Amino acid sequence: MRYDYHTRYRHGFALLRHRSDWIAYGLLALVLLAIPLFASTYLVGELGYVLILCVASMGLMVLTGFTGQVSLGHASFVAIGAYAHAWLMAQGVPFALSMPLAGLIAAAAGLVVGIPAIRVSGLYLAMVTLAFAIVVEQIIGMWRGVTGGFMGMLVETPRLMGYSLGAPRVFYYVCLFVAALVLLALANLMRSGIGRAFTGVRDSEAAAFSLGIEVNRVKIYAFGLSAGITGLAGALMAHHIGYLTPDAFTLLLSLDLVLMVVIGGIGSLRGAILGAVLISLLPNAVSALKALLPESVARQSGLEIFVAGLVLALFVLFEPTGLNGRWLKLRLLVETFPLYRRDTFRRQKAYMKSERNR
Amino acid sequence: MTARDTLLELDQVALHFGGLAAISDLSMTVHPGEVLAVIGPNGAGKTSMLNLVTRVFDATRGRILFKGQDIAALPRARIAHLGIARTFQNIELFDAASVLDNLLLGRHRFGAGAWWQQVLRTSALTRAEEAHREKVEEIIEFLELSAWRNARVAGLPYGVRKIVELGRALCSEPDVLFLDEPASGLNPEETRDLAFWIDDIRSDLGITVVMIEHDMALVGAVADRVICMAQGRVLAQGTAAQVQAHPDVIAAYLGT
Ligand SMILES: Nc1ncnc2c1ncn2[C@@H]1O[C@H](COP(=O)(O)OP(=O)(O)OP(=O)(O)O)[C@@H](O)[C@H]1O
Ligand SMILES: [Mg+2]
Repeated sequence: MRYDYHTRYRHGFALLRHRSDWIAYGLLALVLLAIPLFASTYLVGELGYVLILCVASMGLMVLTGFTGQVSLGHASFVAIGAYAHAWLMAQGVPFALSMPLAGLIAAAAGLVVGIPAIRVSGLYLAMVTLAFAIVVEQIIGMWRGVTGGFMGMLVETPRLMGYSLGAPRVFYYVCLFVAALVLLALANLMRSGIGRAFTGVRDSEAAAFSLGIEVNRVKIYAFGLSAGITGLAGALMAHHIGYLTPDAFTLLLSLDLVLMVVIGGIGSLRGAILGAVLISLLPNAVSALKALLPESVARQSGLEIFVAGLVLALFVLFEPTGLNGRWLKLRLLVETFPLYRRDTFRRQKAYMKSERNR
Repeated sequence: MTARDTLLELDQVALHFGGLAAISDLSMTVHPGEVLAVIGPNGAGKTSMLNLVTRVFDATRGRILFKGQDIAALPRARIAHLGIARTFQNIELFDAASVLDNLLLGRHRFGAGAWWQQVLRTSALTRAEEAHREKVEEIIEFLELSAWRNARVAGLPYGVRKIVELGRALCSEPDVLFLDEPASGLNPEETRDLAFWIDDIRSDLGITVVMIEHDMALVGAVADRVICMAQGRVLAQGTAAQVQAHPDVIAAYLGT
């Protein structure tokens, strides 16, 4: 068993509280840093893509997981970030400046989309964000002068102080750096006042108002922050794809992001990352699986979507807290072995079901 | 009575929902340092009165004066900053968060640092968080919540949740605290604890308490003054015994 003894409050605040945490996360960091040294170029490129999706997924997690606002249009913020970045670079803005600017432009778009969120929620908000995504897709198609329209636009090679960052092995480190930075910033933010205000708005608007939280403003900020981070992911994505066309940012990408957040576990950054890893590796897993399946099944089109849907359904049915919840249980099992009781988490569930009598 | 003896005053307030008058021509005062109980049959408009003060609803008519300032048109989120805190009849907690985070949210009105300080987790911010935490720990000790400190609210028994909600309101260090049926759903033992706490909140913490409550034993034990409402207006006020003996009150409860 492990108990938390804190002699000062700040010990309890720490992100990594135990030596075992330091070791585990240190090892993970080492592995992530070492991967390009031995993995194939293809694999490194794919893993870079996973990191980009992790950033986008964390962006949506801020909005949906922490603040409780749905969005079916987050692909549009990826697109805005990607196009803004590509355009700025084409105008001669250096890579290191263009990245944050692209994030800010996406954030500004997010603030605008956030305004209707004051009035509508749930299904209606889903429709508003979906409509926004469709509009953005159309604008990108029409605005040939800036975006190249349906013909697409070439993304310039990223450069930093004269060195090219374009090679997959180098760009991987760019992605890793951005993902780590976003993770750290969000982890800090979500355990401070702003993060608490976000969860407050998610769990009870009435109570949030009564404590002096500007609920409407918080929602708009959450949209802005979420869109900004997703836009950063878009800027990275631009380099990963190399050539931007509107059909790279469709509803399917928005839905994938929602899947990551839900399967990962609402309200947890770890969940956002686990979800992104699972969903982005799913197509690879399915194609590997195809070799084992009878040919009549393997040749069916839409197998990937079917498997993704199946995984989502299974999670919603059997693990509503997502991968993060599964992870917490596993960790408790290891820590308390052999004292772990299967029902440790069950009592909470029973209460949750009977929680509201109104 | 001088103005200094009035903390909160409702002056001929009305609240209409379409054709229905939930509150009609309600005037009442809250004096600083008292425990005021508001009683009345179901649908009397007690919760509506509280929702008017906390700006959940816009008053159709009338003035609401807090420390002499008319608050009837303020934005809803400003109310907490004036020093008005409340609990809810149907418990409004942040279910997915821990007890600690719920209580820390009670500190919201005192600020939590600039956004960039939060992102960088500067040492000034850590010190500010520690100060908030210290205040929260005082409340945890006061309400004997330490066993639940890190528990998720969603998993807590009903009685504990009610106390957590009370604690969250106290963390905002209000001047006046509104409790909407604090004893409903509590067992006799928990209700007895609550009576002591309400007394301490007034005497030790110096917070004025307005309590909407049906449990007349609790009202009789802790309230200095009782107001009985019916059909959106004040029916009678005085001590618990006076109000209970008032013929209009008896009639209202009997439904005649
Ligand atoms: N949001 C609303 N919309 C319409 N009518 C409402 C609303 N809230 C309250 N009412 C009505 O206003 C009247 C007063 O309700 P209120 O909740 O204030 O009563 P109460 O005194 O708190 O009763 P209880 O003891 O049952 O809590 C009731 O007739 C109720 O139906
Ligand atoms: Mg009521």
